[in-house]
Amino acid sequence: MEKIEAIIQPSKLDAVKDALLEVGIEGMTILEARGHGRQKGHTEFYRGREYTVDLLPKIKLEMVVPDELAEKAVQAILASARTGKIGDGKIFRSRIDDAIRIRNDERGSAAL
Amino acid sequence: MLSGCAAFAQTATTADQLAKLQAQVAQAQSAADNCWMLVSAALVLLMTGPGLALFYGGLVRRKNVLSVMMQSFAMMCIITVLWAFVSYSLAFDSGTAFIGGLHHLFLHGVGLTPDPDYSATIPLQTYMIYQLMFAIITPALITGAFAERMKFSAMAVFLSLWSIVVYSPMAHMVWGKGGLLNAALGGPIPCLDFAGGTVVHITSGVSALVCALYLGKRVGYPREAMPPHSVVLSFIGACLLWVGWFGFNAGSALGSEALATSAFVNTHFATAAAALCWAGAEWVHRGKPSALGAISGAVAGLVAITPAAGFVEPMSALIIGALAGLVCYFMVVKVKSIFGYDDSLDAFGVHGAGGTLGAILTGVFATSAINPIFKDAKGNPLPSGVVDGNWAQLGHQFVGVAIAWTLSIVGTFILLKLVDITIGLRVTPEQEIEGLDVTQHGEEGYEMAS
Repeated sequence: MEKIEAIIQPSKLDAVKDALLEVGIEGMTILEARGHGRQKGHTEFYRGREYTVDLLPKIKLEMVVPDELAEKAVQAILASARTGKIGDGKIFRSRIDDAIRIRNDERGSAAL
Repeated sequence: MLSGCAAFAQTATTADQLAKLQAQVAQAQSAADNCWMLVSAALVLLMTGPGLALFYGGLVRRKNVLSVMMQSFAMMCIITVLWAFVSYSLAFDSGTAFIGGLHHLFLHGVGLTPDPDYSATIPLQTYMIYQLMFAIITPALITGAFAERMKFSAMAVFLSLWSIVVYSPMAHMVWGKGGLLNAALGGPIPCLDFAGGTVVHITSGVSALVCALYLGKRVGYPREAMPPHSVVLSFIGACLLWVGWFGFNAGSALGSEALATSAFVNTHFATAAAALCWAGAEWVHRGKPSALGAISGAVAGLVAITPAAGFVEPMSALIIGALAGLVCYFMVVKVKSIFGYDDSLDAFGVHGAGGTLGAILTGVFATSAINPIFKDAKGNPLPSGVVDGNWAQLGHQFVGVAIAWTLSIVGTFILLKLVDITIGLRVTPEQEIEGLDVTQHGEEGYEMAS
Protein backbone atom coordinates (compact mmCIF):
# COMPACT_ATOMS: atom_id res chain seq x y z
CA MET A 1 0.00 0.00 0.00
CA GLU A 2 1.08 3.53 -0.62
CA LYS A 3 0.00 6.84 0.80
CA ILE A 4 -0.23 9.62 -1.74
CA GLU A 5 -0.32 13.18 -0.48
CA ALA A 6 -0.91 15.90 -3.03
CA ILE A 7 -0.85 19.64 -2.43
CA ILE A 8 -2.72 21.38 -5.22
CA GLN A 9 -4.26 24.70 -6.21
CA PRO A 10 -7.76 25.03 -4.71
CA SER A 11 -9.23 25.71 -8.14
CA LYS A 12 -8.04 22.30 -9.37
CA LEU A 13 -9.80 20.23 -6.72
CA ASP A 14 -12.79 19.19 -8.81
CA ALA A 15 -10.70 18.22 -11.80
CA VAL A 16 -8.34 16.14 -9.63
CA LYS A 17 -11.22 14.41 -7.86
CA ASP A 18 -12.83 13.45 -11.16
CA ALA A 19 -9.56 12.18 -12.58
CA LEU A 20 -8.90 10.03 -9.50
CA LEU A 21 -12.41 8.61 -9.62
CA GLU A 22 -11.81 7.63 -13.25
CA VAL A 23 -8.77 5.50 -12.38
CA GLY A 24 -10.72 3.80 -9.60
CA ILE A 25 -9.73 5.67 -6.44
CA GLU A 26 -12.82 6.00 -4.32
CA GLY A 27 -11.58 7.14 -0.92
CA MET A 28 -9.70 10.28 -0.08
CA THR A 29 -9.37 12.93 2.63
CA ILE A 30 -9.20 16.61 1.77
CA LEU A 31 -7.75 19.37 3.94
CA GLU A 32 -7.82 23.11 3.44
CA ALA A 33 -4.23 24.15 3.95
CA ARG A 34 -1.97 27.18 3.77
CA GLY A 35 1.62 27.14 2.70
CA HIS A 36 4.21 28.01 0.15
CA GLY A 37 7.10 26.45 -1.69
CA ARG A 38 8.93 28.38 -4.32
CA GLN A 39 5.88 30.48 -5.10
CA LYS A 40 6.14 34.00 -3.71
CA GLY A 41 3.18 35.47 -1.81
CA HIS A 42 1.58 38.82 -2.49
CA THR A 43 1.28 42.18 -0.76
CA GLU A 44 -1.91 43.61 0.71
CA PHE A 45 -2.57 47.19 1.80
CA TYR A 46 -5.02 48.19 4.52
CA ARG A 47 -5.27 51.94 5.06
CA GLY A 48 -1.70 52.33 3.90
CA ARG A 49 -0.26 49.54 6.03
CA GLU A 50 1.49 46.89 4.03
CA TYR A 51 1.12 43.19 4.79
CA THR A 52 3.00 40.41 3.02
CA VAL A 53 0.85 37.34 2.62
CA ASP A 54 3.30 34.49 2.02
CA LEU A 55 1.16 31.55 3.13
CA LEU A 56 -1.27 30.94 0.34
CA PRO A 57 -4.42 28.85 0.42
CA LYS A 58 -3.94 25.30 -0.91
CA ILE A 59 -5.79 22.01 -0.85
CA LYS A 60 -4.10 18.90 0.47
CA LEU A 61 -5.44 15.52 -0.63
CA GLU A 62 -4.51 12.32 1.15
CA MET A 63 -5.28 8.81 0.00
CA VAL A 64 -3.93 5.36 0.67
CA VAL A 65 -4.10 3.10 -2.39
CA PRO A 66 -3.10 -0.47 -3.34
CA ASP A 67 0.33 -0.64 -4.98
CA GLU A 68 -1.07 -1.34 -8.46
CA LEU A 69 -3.11 1.87 -8.41
CA ALA A 70 -0.40 4.17 -7.03
CA GLU A 71 1.28 5.16 -10.28
CA LYS A 72 -2.09 5.59 -12.01
CA ALA A 73 -3.22 7.92 -9.24
CA VAL A 74 -0.05 9.97 -9.51
CA GLN A 75 -0.45 10.28 -13.27
CA ALA A 76 -4.10 11.28 -12.85
CA ILE A 77 -3.17 14.05 -10.41
CA LEU A 78 -0.31 15.27 -12.58
CA ALA A 79 -2.51 15.46 -15.63
CA SER A 80 -5.42 17.19 -13.93
CA ALA A 81 -3.67 19.58 -11.52
CA ARG A 82 -1.01 21.03 -13.78
CA THR A 83 -1.25 24.59 -15.09
CA GLY A 84 2.48 24.91 -15.79
CA LYS A 85 2.91 27.86 -13.47
CA ILE A 86 4.76 28.14 -10.17
CA GLY A 87 2.40 27.18 -7.34
CA ASP A 88 0.89 24.05 -8.90
CA GLY A 89 1.92 22.04 -5.83
CA LYS A 90 3.62 18.73 -5.07
CA ILE A 91 2.93 15.01 -4.66
CA PHE A 92 4.52 12.89 -1.95
CA ARG A 93 4.49 9.08 -1.88
CA SER A 94 5.23 6.86 1.11
CA ARG A 95 4.89 3.19 2.13
CA ILE A 96 2.07 2.22 4.48
CA ASP A 97 2.44 -0.78 6.82
CA ASP A 98 -1.19 -1.52 7.44
CA ALA A 99 -4.73 -0.16 7.19
CA ILE A 100 -7.60 -1.13 9.48
CA ARG A 101 -11.29 -0.50 8.97
CA ILE A 102 -12.70 0.55 12.31
CA ARG A 103 -16.16 -0.84 11.62
CA ASN A 104 -15.19 -4.50 11.22
CA ASP A 105 -11.44 -5.00 11.82
CA GLU A 106 -10.69 -5.63 8.13
CA ARG A 107 -7.00 -5.20 7.43
CA GLY A 108 -4.65 -4.45 4.56
CA SER A 109 -5.92 -3.68 1.07
CA ALA A 110 -9.38 -4.93 1.99
CA ALA A 111 -9.73 -1.99 4.35
CA LEU A 112 -9.08 0.62 1.65
CA MET B 1 -81.59 95.03 12.94
CA LEU B 2 -82.25 91.41 12.21
CA SER B 3 -79.92 91.40 9.21
CA GLY B 4 -77.15 92.97 11.36
CA CYS B 5 -77.39 90.12 13.85
CA ALA B 6 -77.15 87.60 11.07
CA ALA B 7 -74.02 89.30 9.67
CA PHE B 8 -72.41 89.30 13.13
CA ALA B 9 -73.21 85.64 13.61
CA GLN B 10 -71.73 84.88 10.21
CA THR B 11 -68.49 86.77 11.05
CA ALA B 12 -68.19 84.90 14.34
CA THR B 13 -68.62 81.61 12.55
CA THR B 14 -65.99 82.54 9.95
CA ALA B 15 -63.54 83.53 12.67
CA ASP B 16 -64.17 80.24 14.45
CA GLN B 17 -63.65 78.31 11.27
CA LEU B 18 -60.45 80.19 10.52
CA ALA B 19 -59.10 79.48 13.99
CA LYS B 20 -60.03 75.85 13.61
CA LEU B 21 -58.36 75.69 10.22
CA GLN B 22 -55.20 77.31 11.58
CA ALA B 23 -55.09 74.78 14.41
CA GLN B 24 -55.50 71.95 11.93
CA VAL B 25 -52.72 73.30 9.70
CA ALA B 26 -50.40 73.57 12.71
CA GLN B 27 -51.33 70.06 13.74
CA ALA B 28 -50.65 68.71 10.25
CA GLN B 29 -47.22 70.36 10.13
CA SER B 30 -46.44 69.07 13.59
CA ALA B 31 -47.46 65.55 12.57
CA ALA B 32 -45.25 65.68 9.46
CA ASP B 33 -42.26 67.08 11.36
CA ASN B 34 -42.64 64.62 14.20
CA CYS B 35 -42.83 61.74 11.75
CA TRP B 36 -39.53 62.68 10.10
CA MET B 37 -37.85 63.33 13.45
CA LEU B 38 -38.81 59.94 14.89
CA VAL B 39 -37.56 58.22 11.73
CA SER B 40 -34.37 60.28 11.95
CA ALA B 41 -33.83 59.33 15.58
CA ALA B 42 -34.14 55.66 14.64
CA LEU B 43 -31.70 56.16 11.73
CA VAL B 44 -29.11 57.73 14.04
CA LEU B 45 -29.39 54.78 16.43
CA LEU B 46 -28.86 52.50 13.43
CA MET B 47 -25.52 54.23 12.89
CA THR B 48 -24.19 52.94 16.22
CA GLY B 49 -25.76 49.51 16.12
CA PRO B 50 -25.24 47.81 13.79
CA GLY B 51 -23.47 50.45 11.63
CA LEU B 52 -20.46 51.41 13.72
CA ALA B 53 -20.36 48.04 15.50
CA LEU B 54 -19.94 46.26 12.14
CA PHE B 55 -17.57 48.87 10.74
CA TYR B 56 -15.24 48.64 13.75
CA GLY B 57 -15.89 44.93 14.29
CA GLY B 58 -14.56 44.06 10.85
CA LEU B 59 -11.43 46.16 11.30
CA VAL B 60 -10.12 44.37 14.40
CA ARG B 61 -8.60 40.91 14.65
CA ARG B 62 -11.07 38.06 14.99
CA LYS B 63 -10.27 37.52 18.68
CA ASN B 64 -11.60 41.01 19.49
CA VAL B 65 -14.66 41.31 17.24
CA LEU B 66 -17.25 40.93 19.99
CA SER B 67 -15.41 43.27 22.35
CA VAL B 68 -15.65 46.24 19.99
CA MET B 69 -19.24 45.42 19.05
CA MET B 70 -20.09 45.18 22.73
CA GLN B 71 -18.49 48.56 23.40
CA SER B 72 -20.82 50.24 20.89
CA PHE B 73 -23.79 48.35 22.23
CA ALA B 74 -22.88 49.26 25.81
CA MET B 75 -23.02 52.93 24.81
CA MET B 76 -26.55 52.39 23.45
CA CYS B 77 -27.61 51.26 26.90
CA ILE B 78 -25.41 53.18 29.37
CA ILE B 79 -25.65 56.62 27.74
CA THR B 80 -29.44 56.22 27.49
CA VAL B 81 -29.80 55.82 31.24
CA LEU B 82 -27.34 58.63 31.95
CA TRP B 83 -29.21 60.87 29.51
CA ALA B 84 -32.46 60.36 31.36
CA PHE B 85 -30.87 60.96 34.76
CA VAL B 86 -28.51 63.86 34.17
CA SER B 87 -26.79 64.45 30.83
CA TYR B 88 -29.81 65.73 28.88
CA SER B 89 -30.29 68.42 31.50
CA LEU B 90 -26.60 69.33 31.45
CA ALA B 91 -26.74 69.71 27.68
CA PHE B 92 -30.09 71.32 26.99
CA ASP B 93 -31.37 73.03 30.11
CA SER B 94 -30.74 76.75 30.04
CA GLY B 95 -27.84 77.23 32.40
CA THR B 96 -24.55 79.06 32.01
CA ALA B 97 -22.79 79.73 28.71
CA PHE B 98 -20.78 76.55 29.19
CA ILE B 99 -23.09 73.94 30.69
CA GLY B 100 -26.79 73.40 31.18
CA GLY B 101 -28.61 73.54 34.50
CA LEU B 102 -30.26 70.82 36.54
CA HIS B 103 -33.95 71.58 35.97
CA HIS B 104 -34.39 68.63 33.63
CA LEU B 105 -32.79 66.01 35.92
CA PHE B 106 -34.68 62.72 35.52
CA LEU B 107 -36.36 64.33 32.49
CA HIS B 108 -38.35 66.64 34.74
CA GLY B 109 -40.40 68.97 32.55
CA VAL B 110 -39.53 67.12 29.34
CA GLY B 111 -43.01 66.41 28.06
CA LEU B 112 -44.95 66.14 24.84
CA THR B 113 -45.45 69.85 24.23
CA PRO B 114 -42.84 71.56 22.06
CA ASP B 115 -40.12 73.89 23.37
CA PRO B 116 -40.10 76.72 20.78
CA ASP B 117 -36.41 77.48 21.47
CA TYR B 118 -35.48 74.05 20.09
CA SER B 119 -38.34 73.31 17.74
CA ALA B 120 -41.82 74.76 17.74
CA THR B 121 -43.41 71.85 15.93
CA ILE B 122 -42.16 68.64 17.58
CA PRO B 123 -42.76 67.34 21.11
CA LEU B 124 -39.83 68.11 23.41
CA GLN B 125 -39.53 64.37 24.06
CA THR B 126 -38.91 63.82 20.35
CA TYR B 127 -36.12 66.40 20.48
CA MET B 128 -34.74 64.77 23.64
CA ILE B 129 -34.68 61.24 22.16
CA TYR B 130 -33.21 62.51 18.88
CA GLN B 131 -30.39 64.27 20.72
CA LEU B 132 -29.81 61.13 22.80
CA MET B 133 -28.87 59.19 19.66
CA PHE B 134 -26.06 61.72 19.05
CA ALA B 135 -24.89 61.38 22.64
CA ILE B 136 -24.71 57.60 22.10
CA ILE B 137 -22.67 57.51 18.92
CA THR B 138 -20.12 60.12 20.01
CA PRO B 139 -18.42 58.10 22.77
CA ALA B 140 -18.90 54.94 20.67
CA LEU B 141 -16.71 56.54 17.99
CA ILE B 142 -13.85 56.89 20.51
CA THR B 143 -13.74 53.13 21.08
CA GLY B 144 -11.92 52.84 17.75
CA ALA B 145 -8.82 54.42 19.28
CA PHE B 146 -8.39 52.03 22.19
CA ALA B 147 -9.82 48.93 20.51
CA GLU B 148 -8.16 45.60 21.31
CA ARG B 149 -6.54 46.68 24.59
CA MET B 150 -8.87 48.46 27.06
CA LYS B 151 -10.71 46.69 29.86
CA PHE B 152 -14.48 46.59 29.45
CA SER B 153 -15.00 47.97 32.96
CA ALA B 154 -12.58 50.83 32.36
CA MET B 155 -14.24 51.61 29.02
CA ALA B 156 -17.69 51.74 30.64
CA VAL B 157 -16.59 54.05 33.47
CA PHE B 158 -14.41 56.28 31.31
CA LEU B 159 -16.97 56.84 28.55
CA SER B 160 -19.82 57.41 31.03
CA LEU B 161 -17.83 60.15 32.73
CA TRP B 162 -16.68 61.46 29.35
CA SER B 163 -20.27 61.85 28.24
CA ILE B 164 -20.97 64.09 31.24
CA VAL B 165 -17.69 66.00 31.35
CA VAL B 166 -17.00 66.53 27.63
CA TYR B 167 -20.10 65.78 25.56
CA SER B 168 -22.82 67.55 27.54
CA PRO B 169 -20.92 70.86 27.93
CA MET B 170 -19.94 70.90 24.25
CA ALA B 171 -23.50 70.13 23.13
CA HIS B 172 -24.74 72.87 25.44
CA MET B 173 -22.31 75.47 24.13
CA VAL B 174 -23.24 74.80 20.50
CA TRP B 175 -26.91 73.81 20.66
CA GLY B 176 -28.20 74.54 24.17
CA LYS B 177 -30.18 77.57 25.36
CA GLY B 178 -27.74 80.29 26.36
CA GLY B 179 -24.78 78.38 24.95
CA LEU B 180 -21.63 80.37 24.20
CA LEU B 181 -21.38 79.19 20.58
CA ASN B 182 -25.09 78.79 19.76
CA ALA B 183 -25.66 80.37 16.35
CA ALA B 184 -29.41 79.69 16.25
CA LEU B 185 -30.23 81.27 19.61
CA GLY B 186 -27.94 84.30 19.50
CA GLY B 187 -24.85 83.04 21.36
CA PRO B 188 -22.03 85.59 21.73
CA ILE B 189 -19.63 83.64 19.47
CA PRO B 190 -21.95 82.01 16.92
CA CYS B 191 -20.24 78.87 15.60
CA LEU B 192 -22.07 77.18 12.73
CA ASP B 193 -22.41 73.47 13.43
CA PHE B 194 -25.44 71.98 11.75
CA ALA B 195 -25.25 68.39 12.94
CA GLY B 196 -22.20 68.01 15.14
CA GLY B 197 -18.84 68.68 13.50
CA THR B 198 -17.51 70.17 16.73
CA VAL B 199 -19.92 68.50 19.17
CA VAL B 200 -19.62 64.97 17.81
CA HIS B 201 -16.60 64.55 15.54
CA ILE B 202 -13.97 66.86 16.97
CA THR B 203 -14.73 65.80 20.53
CA SER B 204 -14.68 62.09 19.71
CA GLY B 205 -11.75 62.28 17.28
CA VAL B 206 -9.49 64.41 19.48
CA SER B 207 -10.36 62.40 22.58
CA ALA B 208 -9.52 59.31 20.55
CA LEU B 209 -6.04 60.66 19.91
CA VAL B 210 -5.53 61.37 23.60
CA CYS B 211 -6.66 57.79 24.39
CA ALA B 212 -4.28 56.31 21.82
CA LEU B 213 -1.37 58.33 23.20
CA TYR B 214 -2.21 57.67 26.86
CA LEU B 215 -2.83 53.93 26.52
CA GLY B 216 0.12 53.28 24.26
CA LYS B 217 0.40 50.78 21.48
CA ARG B 218 -1.13 47.35 21.25
CA VAL B 219 1.23 44.47 22.04
CA GLY B 220 3.17 43.80 18.85
CA TYR B 221 2.27 47.05 17.05
CA PRO B 222 3.60 47.97 14.51
CA ARG B 223 5.93 44.95 14.14
CA GLU B 224 3.12 42.40 13.86
CA ALA B 225 0.64 42.37 11.02
CA MET B 226 -2.83 43.34 12.26
CA PRO B 227 -4.97 43.39 9.14
CA PRO B 228 -8.76 43.71 9.45
CA HIS B 229 -10.27 40.28 10.04
CA SER B 230 -13.26 40.98 7.80
CA VAL B 231 -13.48 43.93 5.44
CA VAL B 232 -16.86 42.44 4.51
CA LEU B 233 -18.31 43.32 7.93
CA SER B 234 -16.78 46.79 7.73
CA PHE B 235 -18.26 47.27 4.29
CA ILE B 236 -21.78 46.48 5.47
CA GLY B 237 -21.25 48.72 8.49
CA ALA B 238 -20.05 51.65 6.39
CA CYS B 239 -23.04 51.38 4.06
CA LEU B 240 -25.36 51.41 7.08
CA LEU B 241 -23.51 54.46 8.40
CA TRP B 242 -24.10 56.24 5.09
CA VAL B 243 -27.84 55.54 5.26
CA GLY B 244 -28.12 56.36 8.95
CA TRP B 245 -26.29 59.64 8.41
CA PHE B 246 -29.31 60.98 6.50
CA GLY B 247 -31.10 60.91 9.85
CA PHE B 248 -28.10 62.52 11.50
CA ASN B 249 -27.77 65.43 9.08
CA ALA B 250 -31.16 65.87 7.42
CA GLY B 251 -32.83 65.24 10.78
CA SER B 252 -30.85 68.14 12.21
CA ALA B 253 -33.21 70.44 10.32
CA LEU B 254 -35.53 69.43 13.21
CA GLY B 255 -38.43 69.27 10.81
CA SER B 256 -39.42 68.04 7.38
CA GLU B 257 -39.08 71.35 5.53
CA ALA B 258 -36.86 72.18 2.54
CA LEU B 259 -33.80 72.60 4.78
CA ALA B 260 -33.92 68.86 5.49
CA THR B 261 -33.71 68.22 1.74
CA SER B 262 -30.72 70.52 1.48
CA ALA B 263 -28.90 68.68 4.26
CA PHE B 264 -29.84 65.31 2.73
CA VAL B 265 -28.51 66.25 -0.71
CA ASN B 266 -25.29 67.75 0.67
CA THR B 267 -24.65 64.70 2.83
CA HIS B 268 -24.96 62.39 -0.13
CA PHE B 269 -22.81 64.47 -2.48
CA ALA B 270 -19.97 64.98 -0.03
CA THR B 271 -19.85 61.27 0.80
CA ALA B 272 -19.59 60.18 -2.81
CA ALA B 273 -16.87 62.74 -3.55
CA ALA B 274 -14.84 61.73 -0.51
CA ALA B 275 -15.04 58.02 -1.31
CA LEU B 276 -13.87 58.70 -4.87
CA CYS B 277 -10.98 60.86 -3.68
CA TRP B 278 -9.71 58.43 -1.03
CA ALA B 279 -9.91 55.44 -3.38
CA GLY B 280 -8.46 57.56 -6.19
CA ALA B 281 -5.53 58.63 -4.02
CA GLU B 282 -4.85 54.98 -3.25
CA TRP B 283 -5.07 54.09 -6.90
CA VAL B 284 -2.44 56.69 -7.78
CA HIS B 285 -0.29 56.01 -4.74
CA ARG B 286 -0.49 52.19 -4.50
CA GLY B 287 -1.75 51.14 -7.87
CA LYS B 288 -5.08 49.74 -6.66
CA PRO B 289 -8.31 51.25 -5.28
CA SER B 290 -9.35 49.21 -2.22
CA ALA B 291 -12.81 48.54 -0.81
CA LEU B 292 -11.56 49.54 2.63
CA GLY B 293 -10.23 52.79 1.15
CA ALA B 294 -13.52 53.60 -0.55
CA ILE B 295 -15.59 53.06 2.60
CA SER B 296 -13.08 54.90 4.80
CA GLY B 297 -13.31 57.82 2.38
CA ALA B 298 -17.09 57.71 2.53
CA VAL B 299 -17.02 57.97 6.33
CA ALA B 300 -14.54 60.87 6.11
CA GLY B 301 -16.91 62.67 3.76
CA LEU B 302 -19.88 62.07 6.05
CA VAL B 303 -17.89 63.47 8.96
CA ALA B 304 -16.74 66.59 7.14
CA ILE B 305 -20.15 67.53 5.73
CA THR B 306 -21.84 67.12 9.11
CA PRO B 307 -21.34 70.71 10.37
CA ALA B 308 -22.01 72.17 6.91
CA ALA B 309 -24.95 70.01 5.82
CA GLY B 310 -27.69 72.61 6.33
CA PHE B 311 -25.69 75.70 5.36
CA VAL B 312 -24.07 75.09 1.98
CA GLU B 313 -24.88 74.60 -1.71
CA PRO B 314 -24.54 71.13 -3.26
CA MET B 315 -21.43 72.13 -5.25
CA SER B 316 -19.75 73.28 -2.04
CA ALA B 317 -20.65 69.91 -0.52
CA LEU B 318 -18.77 68.17 -3.34
CA ILE B 319 -15.70 70.31 -2.61
CA ILE B 320 -15.90 69.67 1.14
CA GLY B 321 -16.22 65.93 0.53
CA ALA B 322 -13.34 65.81 -1.95
CA LEU B 323 -11.02 67.66 0.43
CA ALA B 324 -12.08 65.42 3.32
CA GLY B 325 -11.25 62.29 1.30
CA LEU B 326 -7.76 63.57 0.51
CA VAL B 327 -6.92 65.09 3.92
CA CYS B 328 -8.13 62.06 5.90
CA TYR B 329 -6.28 59.70 3.55
CA PHE B 330 -3.12 61.67 4.22
CA MET B 331 -3.76 61.68 7.98
CA VAL B 332 -4.39 57.95 8.19
CA VAL B 333 -1.81 56.71 5.73
CA LYS B 334 1.05 59.17 6.29
CA VAL B 335 0.74 61.20 9.48
CA LYS B 336 -0.09 58.22 11.70
CA SER B 337 3.01 56.32 10.65
CA ILE B 338 5.20 59.43 10.98
CA PHE B 339 4.15 59.98 14.59
CA GLY B 340 3.78 56.28 15.35
CA TYR B 341 0.73 56.46 17.65
CA ASP B 342 -1.57 53.46 17.60
CA ASP B 343 -5.06 54.78 16.86
CA SER B 344 -6.27 51.23 16.15
CA LEU B 345 -9.19 52.06 13.89
CA ASP B 346 -8.28 55.64 12.92
CA ALA B 347 -10.89 57.45 14.99
CA PHE B 348 -8.66 60.53 15.07
CA GLY B 349 -7.53 60.40 11.45
CA VAL B 350 -11.12 60.27 10.22
CA HIS B 351 -13.26 61.99 12.89
CA GLY B 352 -10.74 64.39 14.42
CA ALA B 353 -9.21 65.51 11.15
CA GLY B 354 -12.44 65.31 9.11
CA GLY B 355 -14.44 67.09 11.82
CA THR B 356 -11.93 69.94 12.11
CA LEU B 357 -11.72 70.36 8.36
CA GLY B 358 -15.52 70.34 8.07
CA ALA B 359 -15.98 72.88 10.86
CA ILE B 360 -13.58 75.33 9.21
CA LEU B 361 -14.95 74.81 5.70
CA THR B 362 -18.46 75.44 7.04
CA GLY B 363 -17.31 78.98 7.83
CA VAL B 364 -16.10 79.29 4.25
CA PHE B 365 -19.05 77.85 2.34
CA ALA B 366 -22.07 78.68 4.52
CA THR B 367 -24.54 80.88 2.65
CA SER B 368 -27.72 82.65 3.69
CA ALA B 369 -29.27 81.54 0.38
CA ILE B 370 -29.58 78.06 1.88
CA ASN B 371 -30.07 78.89 5.54
CA PRO B 372 -30.58 82.50 6.67
CA ILE B 373 -29.50 81.77 10.23
CA PHE B 374 -28.24 85.30 10.98
CA LYS B 375 -30.81 88.09 10.72
CA ASP B 376 -30.83 91.82 11.40
CA ALA B 377 -33.36 93.54 13.67
CA LYS B 378 -35.93 93.69 10.86
CA GLY B 379 -35.59 90.00 10.12
CA ASN B 380 -33.61 90.39 6.90
CA PRO B 381 -30.94 87.74 6.35
CA LEU B 382 -27.30 88.65 7.06
CA PRO B 383 -24.31 87.02 5.33
CA SER B 384 -23.35 83.60 6.71
CA GLY B 385 -19.88 82.49 5.62
CA VAL B 386 -16.92 83.69 3.59
CA VAL B 387 -18.75 83.02 0.30
CA ASP B 388 -21.33 85.60 1.49
CA GLY B 389 -18.51 87.98 2.42
CA ASN B 390 -18.66 87.33 6.17
CA TRP B 391 -15.01 86.69 7.01
CA ALA B 392 -15.69 87.03 10.73
CA GLN B 393 -17.49 83.69 10.61
CA LEU B 394 -14.20 81.94 9.90
CA GLY B 395 -12.90 83.34 13.19
CA HIS B 396 -15.98 82.08 15.04
CA GLN B 397 -15.48 78.65 13.52
CA PHE B 398 -11.86 78.61 14.72
CA VAL B 399 -13.00 79.54 18.23
CA GLY B 400 -15.50 76.67 18.19
CA VAL B 401 -12.81 74.28 16.95
CA ALA B 402 -10.33 75.49 19.58
CA ILE B 403 -12.85 75.09 22.40
CA ALA B 404 -13.77 71.58 21.22
CA TRP B 405 -10.09 70.56 20.98
CA THR B 406 -9.21 72.03 24.38
CA LEU B 407 -12.19 70.56 26.21
CA SER B 408 -11.54 67.16 24.63
CA ILE B 409 -7.83 67.08 25.41
CA VAL B 410 -8.13 68.30 29.00
CA GLY B 411 -11.31 66.37 29.87
CA THR B 412 -10.15 63.11 28.33
CA PHE B 413 -6.70 63.28 29.91
CA ILE B 414 -8.06 63.93 33.41
CA LEU B 415 -10.67 61.18 33.12
CA LEU B 416 -8.19 58.64 31.78
CA LYS B 417 -5.84 59.42 34.64
CA LEU B 418 -8.68 59.05 37.12
CA VAL B 419 -9.79 55.67 35.78
CA ASP B 420 -6.19 54.54 35.41
CA ILE B 421 -5.29 55.10 39.06
CA THR B 422 -8.56 53.65 40.38
CA ILE B 423 -9.44 50.56 38.34
CA GLY B 424 -6.75 50.54 35.64
CA LEU B 425 -7.27 51.03 31.91
CA ARG B 426 -5.51 48.22 30.10
CA VAL B 427 -5.93 44.49 30.11
CA THR B 428 -2.77 42.51 30.94
CA PRO B 429 -0.44 41.67 28.02
CA GLU B 430 -1.43 38.00 28.36
CA GLN B 431 -5.13 38.90 28.10
CA GLU B 432 -4.41 41.14 25.15
CA ILE B 433 -2.67 38.31 23.30
CA GLU B 434 -5.47 35.87 24.11
CA GLY B 435 -8.06 38.39 22.92
CA LEU B 436 -10.67 40.55 24.60
CA ASP B 437 -13.62 38.39 23.54
CA VAL B 438 -12.53 35.50 25.75
CA THR B 439 -10.87 37.49 28.56
CA GLN B 440 -13.47 40.25 28.93
CA HIS B 441 -16.68 38.55 27.86
CA GLY B 442 -16.09 34.79 28.06
CA GLU B 443 -17.16 34.09 24.50
CA GLU B 444 -15.93 34.02 20.94
CA GLY B 445 -17.29 35.65 17.81
CA TYR B 446 -16.64 32.63 15.67
CA GLU B 447 -16.92 29.21 17.32
CA MET B 448 -14.69 26.92 15.30
CA ALA B 449 -15.79 23.60 16.76
CA SER B 450 -19.47 23.88 15.96
